[in-house]
Order: sequence, then structure tokens, then C-alpha cells
Amino acid sequence: MPQPLERINDFVVKFANVNGSGSASANQLFAKAILRMGVPCTPRNIFPSNIQVLPTWYEMRISEAGYLGTRGGVDLMVAMNPQTWDQDVAGIEPGGYLFYDSSKPLPRSKFRDDINIIGVPLTEISNRTYSDPRQRQLFKNIMYVGALSAVLDLDVNEVERLIGEQFKGKDKLIAPNVQALHLGRDWALQNLECPIGLRVRRADKVGDRVFLEGNSAAALGCVYGGATVAAWYPITPSSSLAEAFASHCRRYRVDRDTGKNRAAIIQAEDELASIGIVIGAAWNGARAFTATSGPGISLMQEFLGLAYFAEIPAVVFDVQRSGPSTGMPTRTQQGDILCCAYASHGDTKHVLLLPEDPHECFEFGALAFDLADRLQTPIFVMLDLDIGMNERLCAPLAWDDARRYDRGKVMTYDDLEAGKDFGRYLDVDGDGIPYRTYPGTHPKRGSFFTRGTSRDRYARYTEEGHAYADNMQRLLKKFTTAKSLVPRPVRRAAKQPSRFGVLYYGSTSPAMAEALDGLEARGLPLDALRLRGFPFHDEVIDFVAAHDRVFVVEQNRDAQLRTLLLAEGGLDPAKLVAVLHYDGTPITARFILGRIADQLDPANVRPLRKVMS
Amino acid sequence: MTYIAKPKLHHPALPTNKLGYTRRDYEGSVSTLCAGCGHDSISAAIIQACFDLDLPPHRIAKLSGIGCSSKTPTYFLGNSHGFNSVHGRMPSVLTGANLANRDLIYLGVSGDGDSASIGLGQFAHVMRRGVNMVYIVENNGVYGLTKGQFSATADRGSKSKRGAVNSDAPLDLIGMALQLGATFVARSFSGDKVQLVPLIEAAILHQGAAFIDVISPCVAFNNHPGSTKSFDYVREHNEAVNRLDIMSPRAEITADYAPGTMETVVQHDGSILHLRKLATNYDPHDRIAAMTYLQQRQAAGEVVTGLLFVDPEPVDLHAGLNTVAAPLNELGERELCPGAGVLAKVNAALR
Repeated sequence: MPQPLERINDFVVKFANVNGSGSASANQLFAKAILRMGVPCTPRNIFPSNIQVLPTWYEMRISEAGYLGTRGGVDLMVAMNPQTWDQDVAGIEPGGYLFYDSSKPLPRSKFRDDINIIGVPLTEISNRTYSDPRQRQLFKNIMYVGALSAVLDLDVNEVERLIGEQFKGKDKLIAPNVQALHLGRDWALQNLECPIGLRVRRADKVGDRVFLEGNSAAALGCVYGGATVAAWYPITPSSSLAEAFASHCRRYRVDRDTGKNRAAIIQAEDELASIGIVIGAAWNGARAFTATSGPGISLMQEFLGLAYFAEIPAVVFDVQRSGPSTGMPTRTQQGDILCCAYASHGDTKHVLLLPEDPHECFEFGALAFDLADRLQTPIFVMLDLDIGMNERLCAPLAWDDARRYDRGKVMTYDDLEAGKDFGRYLDVDGDGIPYRTYPGTHPKRGSFFTRGTSRDRYARYTEEGHAYADNMQRLLKKFTTAKSLVPRPVRRAAKQPSRFGVLYYGSTSPAMAEALDGLEARGLPLDALRLRGFPFHDEVIDFVAAHDRVFVVEQNRDAQLRTLLLAEGGLDPAKLVAVLHYDGTPITARFILGRIADQLDPANVRPLRKVMS
Repeated sequence: MTYIAKPKLHHPALPTNKLGYTRRDYEGSVSTLCAGCGHDSISAAIIQACFDLDLPPHRIAKLSGIGCSSKTPTYFLGNSHGFNSVHGRMPSVLTGANLANRDLIYLGVSGDGDSASIGLGQFAHVMRRGVNMVYIVENNGVYGLTKGQFSATADRGSKSKRGAVNSDAPLDLIGMALQLGATFVARSFSGDKVQLVPLIEAAILHQGAAFIDVISPCVAFNNHPGSTKSFDYVREHNEAVNRLDIMSPRAEITADYAPGTMETVVQHDGSILHLRKLATNYDPHDRIAAMTYLQQRQAAGEVVTGLLFVDPEPVDLHAGLNTVAAPLNELGERELCPGAGVLAKVNAALR
């Protein structure tokens, strides 16, 4: 028997549950209690494409150091699902702990000798106390939180406070939940050696950070960004974004005097209709968005080309999942980079925003509407399942009341009345962006025909080659203008000068931060640049130029962002080394560190050490 | 090639409507469709209807998909914004436009290929959502731009110009519109302007999903013996159930009708529809009876035309969504953005 693991504020707990058993809120309660104790933790839902009965997991990393990426490995397994028992027990680190429902005796062979067993007769206590089958299940969940609070030395007052907040307004439910909590806790205190080697100790490492899902944050960004029309078709993992928007609108978008809604939300018949509604609404001067995932993007291709070519604003949230085809619908990936960047047939290029966490989902969500109006083109906000559907600790959401919506270049009645020259596809300012008019602006001037066919600068249909080429060149110029408008990359310089760099984006961020610390500790400092948008800012190209070798870390098989960098940045392929993780689980620091350390062979590492000494 | 603009000069004595517009102000560019195309007659009927109703041209938005029919919005209402979208997807684009600004009049123009084949799904869903619009299908039973393939509304047994016989059953858009909850359903014939113009007018005044199926023969590919969408065939088999006259709320009723042959329908906006009954047993307020009647006559090879169904008190999409009265595209930060104070509370609840 190895030494039992002894770790304070630095371990991984994994809950194995059954889908639909009501465990999610109990697990969230557990996570929030740890956060309230000032200790950062990051939970991740691991769930199948299914409604009931199949296994789900809730993996939580507790890290006072603030590492929010998946770590890998499990120190304490809360095994509440007999179906997955064997694999759950096998996944525990030697010296780790197994917490299980000991109501029914299990043969010795079902356990391991190198782990510590914590049995609590949850079902027995629950059945003894409650008669209603649903209550038995739900309170059993709260009971294991209670037992864990004893085992891990959690501040039970924080858990009680959270229960009080959760059921505020339904006060009748508070006392029975608190009672269930103590049933579990008291049994553990009386019958087990509490606490075990894994402990949560009060710290002050959470600060003013907030804890929410990226999808919900992005939806709130839509509310703040002034979206009034949303059209969507249910698809995992994006559905909760549209549903969160509806819920935010019930709260913030109802006219108090009339009870009427300041937003229209349509659950469309498919993704084609969703993007069609968005394009129609934006053409008519409303701010509109859709939320979807890879298969939806595939279906929207034709419309996206229309929006690009006819220059209609549109905001598309792509909460990416593992493709191709149906792929792994409930697993994460960064697999839609290329199909969004070049969506639709013909020559197209689209603006991408790459948020790292819910904070940026909110920020970029709101920003996307300004960019769409300013650039009159689709804007893709590229979330993924990992940030979209998991609660993540992040900086508080921020809004400046002085901020005004940028509605872009729109000619008004007065402009038209004053006789301003209106050419819908005329570049008057040299930035490639023409003026538009909303339908119904002026009785005699400013009307035009929007079409996906070629047209001249005054929106008149034409198949003249020079007029077509002129328009396509202007679209390129507009894309160059976009470069200065998308969020700039964020640089993290190594503590010592380094010849090596690393590029990354999106949900890779927390794993990367941890990997960079680890690499630095091993004498391998790297400069890092987190990309936040496409088209690429010049700084990205300069960063690559300034380093001998640059790793591009992505969560897809084909190095899609690297391909985009090569195609758009004119970079030397030999310089850009792909580090790719694509099995559907979130990328880990261990993985990144391992791959980069392997690649930096001793020949390259030696001079680096010299620099350091 | 660019579309040919019509000369702006016109005779000073041209009649004007109440807004001071002449009929010419509702025209568009010169049509590039084939000479004699039924679609041009429909464009002319739309122009006449908008002129008659004294509509400000810029307050109408015209949207279409792809195909011969979908090209026609260029040929009418040159002072209106137009949107020639993608094949079969006009309904979704129009739905979005309508959501953004409920104050404009929406005219959706489509064809049988556009609506009955590639766009059947969107046709169905725009009807069931009750989008306040006029949806006109210019129905000729063939794909014209791609040189005469059958469309999904071609009757079984009808013959193509090349002699092929259509073996597939036809899609009945009227029957579908009725079944899907359209609140105004009519069929007409592009060769019968007297019937068509008042139907378009009534559809525009209708505050819900109005669908008009207009049989519009294709002179190039589907106007031969053996076709059931030719001028001759439709003239021979046209069975109008009623004739419509339309009155604005302010107009005086001057026409005389024999007792028992006239029905008055007051629409939600106050407009009055006078229906002269031709088929005495036909009730345009009974959705189910209308469906049965249409099926029976269709089985007998007749093309039933007229105002087939109207609900004078329609519920439209905005009513269903309970949206504010102001167009959504006019709302700004003040109405839409909850502000930093609210966000501070949001943050506090997320800790």
C-alpha cells in the first residue's frame, strides 16, 4: 500500500453519476463551497449524448495555484454509478481515495489494494429517512456532499449558506436539504476518520472572480450588445446559449409598462432558417445572432456566402464539438476554425473571435455586434464545449456605461435628403466599407436591391468582369480593415529571453498557462502569444518572425489554425510546429508540456540553458 | 449586362393616388423575362395593387428566392428595398426582416421550384408561424431558368415540352397553406388581372400570413398541349368560387349586388372585402370545408380560384412573441442594455 495521498488545496475529485439522477446541482454545490472558501476550482461535465441512465462524470480540479485546466488523473473518486465502477476504480491514482455507497456489500475483488476506501451507506440512510423515491435519490446526492464536507474538511457553514441562497424564495426546501447534508456529514464524522489526506483549507485565491458557463456569458453579451433577434436550432453544445439568452431577456428585456418583449427569439426549423432569419433581421437594421455547432455551420454555408458577398451583418456563435459529421456531440474540439474562416463557396474570408473563458465570451459576444455592423459581414464567435458548457472561474464581467453601439455606416433620411451620393457598394472612405441604408428610410432615395449575384458599386446587377473584380478587391480591403478592429493578441513573455515561442487560443488557455510555468521550471522558457481574432494582427506575424521555432497548440487533428497562419501570414511551415490534442477531452498542461519538451531536443535546449545561466 | 432603367419622364396628366404618386412610381426596371411571361402580368398586378392602396413605395420590402419568379422584384417597386436571397430561403429572410421592423409591408415572391421543392420546409414554417406578409407563388410547373425541367407542382401525367410525362404526384401548395394555418389563402391566374389585383390588395391589408398561388404559364417551356399549366388549360378549367372587390375603410360602397350573392368581410385593419359568390355553397371562412372542396374539384381536374379562405382576425408572429409595438430596429442602448449597475449585481450572484 503506497502512502495515502496528502494534498491540501491541490487535487482532483471526480464524481461518477448516472445521467438524469439530479446529481448536477449537488456537485455544483460542492464546487461552489470550495470557491467560497477562497480556493480556485474548475469543474468539467463529462456526459454522453443521452438523456437518462447513461453515465456522466463531473471532474473537479482544486488548485490553490489557480490552474484551471484539466490535470489528468483522479485523487478522489466519488463512485456513485455501478455501471462504470470498474473503470472509475481503475482511474484512481495510487494512494488515492475511493468514496462509495457501501449500502450493499461488494466483493474484495471489486477494490484495489493501493487505494484508500471510504464507504458510506448512503442508500441505506436515505431509504431509512425518506419514503418518496425521488426524494430518496435527490437527498442522497446532498448526503454525499455532506459526507464529503467531513472527509475533506470543507466548511459546512459555506454549504449551508449556499443551500439558503439556492432555495431563496422556496424557503420550505432549505431545512430538508440542510438536514440531508447533516445526515451525510454526521454519519461520516461518527464513523470515519475525518479528514483524510486530501483537504480544502480556506485561502484567499478567488478574489472577485465569478463562476459561470461560457454559453450563459455569451448570451448575456448578446443582451448587452443590443441583440434583438435570435434564431436557433437545438444542437449540443450550443442550445444552452440560446436558452440562456431567452432567460436573460425575460429578466432584462421586458418593457415594464407594457409587459412586452424587446427581443424576438425564434426556434427555427433548422440551421438554414436560423441564419436566414438572422440575415433578414440584420439587413433590416436589427442586431441578430444565431448559436450553433459544427453541423449547423455546415448547413449554413450558402447563406454565409450571401452575407459575405451582399455584405450583411450577422453574428454566429459556434460552440464547437468533435467533428467531422456527428462526431462526438458531447466532446470538445477546436475543429471548425477553417470551415468558419472560409465558409461558403467562392473566395470568402470571415472574421473570427476566439474567447478563452466566459469573461471573454461576454466581452466578445457584445463586441461581435459592433464588428458585424461596422464591417457589414458575418462575425463568428468561436466557443467550444469546454468553455461553453462548463462553469469556469474568470474575471468579473465588465461593461462601461459610456459605451455606445457602433451601428457602422448607415445613411439616414437626412443624409439622403441632403443629396449625399449613395452607392451601396461604393468605398467612399478608403477602408473598403460602403454605406448602407435600412429599408423604409426615404421615399425616393436610398433604396437598392440586395442580391447574391454580382453587382456594381451602385448595386446594379452586372456580370462585367472588371466590376466583379473591383468588388472582390474591395472586400479584401475591408478584411484588412478588420485586422485593426478584432481583439489584439495577448502576449506572455518568458522570464528569460527565448528563441522559442508558442501560439494558442480559446479554451487551451488555462492548460497553456500551467504548461508554461512547468516548462519554465524545467529550464525551457517560451514566449507565448494568445490569439484572440482572425484576421491575424501584424503582431502575430512579427512574433513568429522573432522566434526560431513556434509551437502552435490546438485541439484538432489537422492543425487548422496553423494552416490559416501559413495561408494568410505567408509564414515558413518549417518554423511552425503543431502540438495537437483531439481525443475529445480538454487539453491538459501535462500533454502540452510533454509534447513541447519532447520537441525541444537537447541540441536546441543547450544554448537556451546557456542564455539562462 | 445591367438592368435597363425606364425613362423617368412621364405625361403630366398621368393620374395620381392620394399620396401624389403615379402608377409609374411603383414600377421597376424593364423586365428581362420572356415576352408574354405570366410573371410580368403578376408584376403589373402588384404595381396596380400598391398604387390603388396608396402605399408609400419605400414602406414596402420585397423579398424573393432564386428563379424566374424571384427575379421579378427588380421589375416592380423600384423605390422599395429588395432582397433576392438564396434558393428556397426567402421565407426565413423575410421572417427576420419582419421581426426587425414590424411597420413595413412584406411582399415575398417565389416560384414553384423555389417554394415547393428546395424551399418546401421554409414555406411550411413561415405559414405556421403566421408571419405578417404576402407570399405570392408564381406557379408555372417548370424550372424556366434551367430550361424546362418539371417542378414539384407539375401535375401527374402532364407532358413536358420535350414530351416527357411527369410521373410524380403534385404538391398542392394551397392545400398545405390551409393545413398549416395561413389566415388568408387565395388562388388566381396571371391571365386574369381583374381577379388578381383585388386579391393582392386584400392580402396586403390582411395582418397575417397571406398566401396567393398564382398560376402563371411559362411561355417558353410549359404552354403547350398536354401541360396543365398552359394559358389554354387554365382558361378552360378555371373555376372561380368568388369575385372580390375591396374597399378601404374610408371608401363609399357604390357597387350594387343582387341579394344573397354578396358577402362582406371586415378585416382587422378596417378594410372591407366584398365577395361576390360564384359557387353559392362555398364558405371562405370554413377552413376544413375549403380543403375538402378544393380536393374534390382538383380531383375533377378543375383549377379553383378566388379567395379560398380568410380569417378576418388573424394572429401574427409578433403577437405570438409579444414583442413591443416599436420596431426592434429602432431600439437603442437605453432600451436594450441593462448597464454596468445591473452587471455588478450579476457578478455578485456568480460568486
